Amino acid sequence: MNFKLKVWRQQNENTAGQFRDYEAINIPAEASFLEMLDIVNEGLIARQEEPIAFDSDCREGICGMCSLVVNGIAHGPGKAKTTCQLYMRRFQDGETIWIEPFRAAAFPIVKDLIVDRSAFDRIIQAGGYITARTGSAPDANSIPIGKTVADLAMEAAACIGCGACAAACPNSSAMLFVAAKISHLGLLPQGQPERTSRVRNMVRTMDALGFGSCTNHYECEAVCPAEISATFISRLNRDYAVASIREGLAARG
Amino acid sequence: MPSATASPTQTKRGSSNPFIAFCQSSIGKKIIVGVTGVYLIVFITGHLLGNLEIYLGQDHVNAYAQFLQGLGPILWLERAILIAAVVIHIVVTIQLAAENRAARPQKYAHYNYQAAKPSSRTMIYSGLLVLCFVIYHLLQFTFMTTNPEYRHLEDHLHRHDVYRMMILGFQQPIISLFYAAAIFFLAAHLSHGFSSVVQTLGINNQKVSGFVSNGGRWFSWLIFAGYVSIPVSILIGLIK
Ligand code: HEM
Ligand code: FES
Repeated sequence: MNFKLKVWRQQNENTAGQFRDYEAINIPAEASFLEMLDIVNEGLIARQEEPIAFDSDCREGICGMCSLVVNGIAHGPGKAKTTCQLYMRRFQDGETIWIEPFRAAAFPIVKDLIVDRSAFDRIIQAGGYITARTGSAPDANSIPIGKTVADLAMEAAACIGCGACAAACPNSSAMLFVAAKISHLGLLPQGQPERTSRVRNMVRTMDALGFGSCTNHYECEAVCPAEISATFISRLNRDYAVASIREGLAARG
Repeated sequence: MPSATASPTQTKRGSSNPFIAFCQSSIGKKIIVGVTGVYLIVFITGHLLGNLEIYLGQDHVNAYAQFLQGLGPILWLERAILIAAVVIHIVVTIQLAAENRAARPQKYAHYNYQAAKPSSRTMIYSGLLVLCFVIYHLLQFTFMTTNPEYRHLEDHLHRHDVYRMMILGFQQPIISLFYAAAIFFLAAHLSHGFSSVVQTLGINNQKVSGFVSNGGRWFSWLIFAGYVSIPVSILIGLIK
């Protein structure tokens, strides 16, 4: 298959970027999107041109490292998958494909299609953990947890932290990511001790990093590779409101 | 509850006063917009029910108007809360909109919406159009600046003839059309706003979300039908 690519090229965070045209020739239909870029890059390298920089690691949809906006959709067309799980057979032969980086003030561009998503690490550092006893692993099921709660927490825990939610959100809001982390930990008994401080610190860190706020368009949910439900954001809002009231009461003595 | 775990980024922004910190935070602002939005929804629903009394006849409408005027301080309290709600709703949404714009300084060249609806993407415009209408609406029916002749309308009991005022107002097709258009934007605002507020106030979950978004759409179009039925009935001569 052959494709015309419009690829965002940018030297670094401080220089202006632009779209450049490339031809992807003789691409097998079963190639993944990233493999297609690998083939294009081999051609560029052979011609002594600078290859297109893009992120990837596991290439099987679990690490959350790949990060492209393909034809205006974070992780490209199709539901519940990352860019590395997108296959060229999905496209028409001869199609023009637009490839852009994840765009958010909080995700500065490192080079071309690579963005710095350490803002998400910063949010996790602010509260995305539990206090656990170290030493040998505790016995499984020593803390009983109801199935509905366990299932819901598991759904939230499926988040791979790829950042597609913030990339897809018209406001570059990271609330689906934060909501998934808050819910995953806050639903379980192990997450209770820090429940109040966690949501407060994670939300305020998210704000300080320059992410926008949710206006309930649900673009995030539509592109999430882990299919995290946007209703978790409602739980985030509730937890934050409760935490703020607790904080207010504590301040009064 | 154990107190906050120290974190390096914790106090980057925001006040140490919990209330101010809440009002400065993204979710705090959203909740403020939501709460004022709920108040506005309650108001427009009550206002509609009041207007629908026109179907019960002149006497009902004028008696109801007189009853409202007679509330005195309660009426002014309600008006003060309403004005505050409108001002806060607008100021905070404009703040949020500015922050959200700043969060994406470089736009996508080709963005392909997957889930956002026209109503959700145009909240600020539908809201501002409703505001423009509300100003005209107050000038017409409350202050009667545009139509000073309304001031002298009286019924046989020497009450202000609100019923006749509504009929005179809506007998002008242009006014009715403008009114219907404004109500359309209000309905569009609410068709997203209703379900949005349920989500914002933390009541939404996977079980109720379908019901909430359908319910919100039904509610807003019922509001539309209710308000617009009045000028339509007047124009086709059903109410004289
Ligand atoms: C009768 C008049 C109005 C009613 C009933 C109303 C109701 C609502 C409701 C229920 C919401 C959803 C809140 C949420 O998601 O938490 C909302 C959001 C919004 N309203 Fe209004 N509103 C009115 C007037 C206005 C006006 C005059 C503006 C002018 C700027 C405005 C701008 C907005 C915006 C931009 C949002 C979206 C905020 C966000 O999602 O962050 N509204 N409104
Ligand atoms: S490279 Fe790991 S998810 Fe795509």
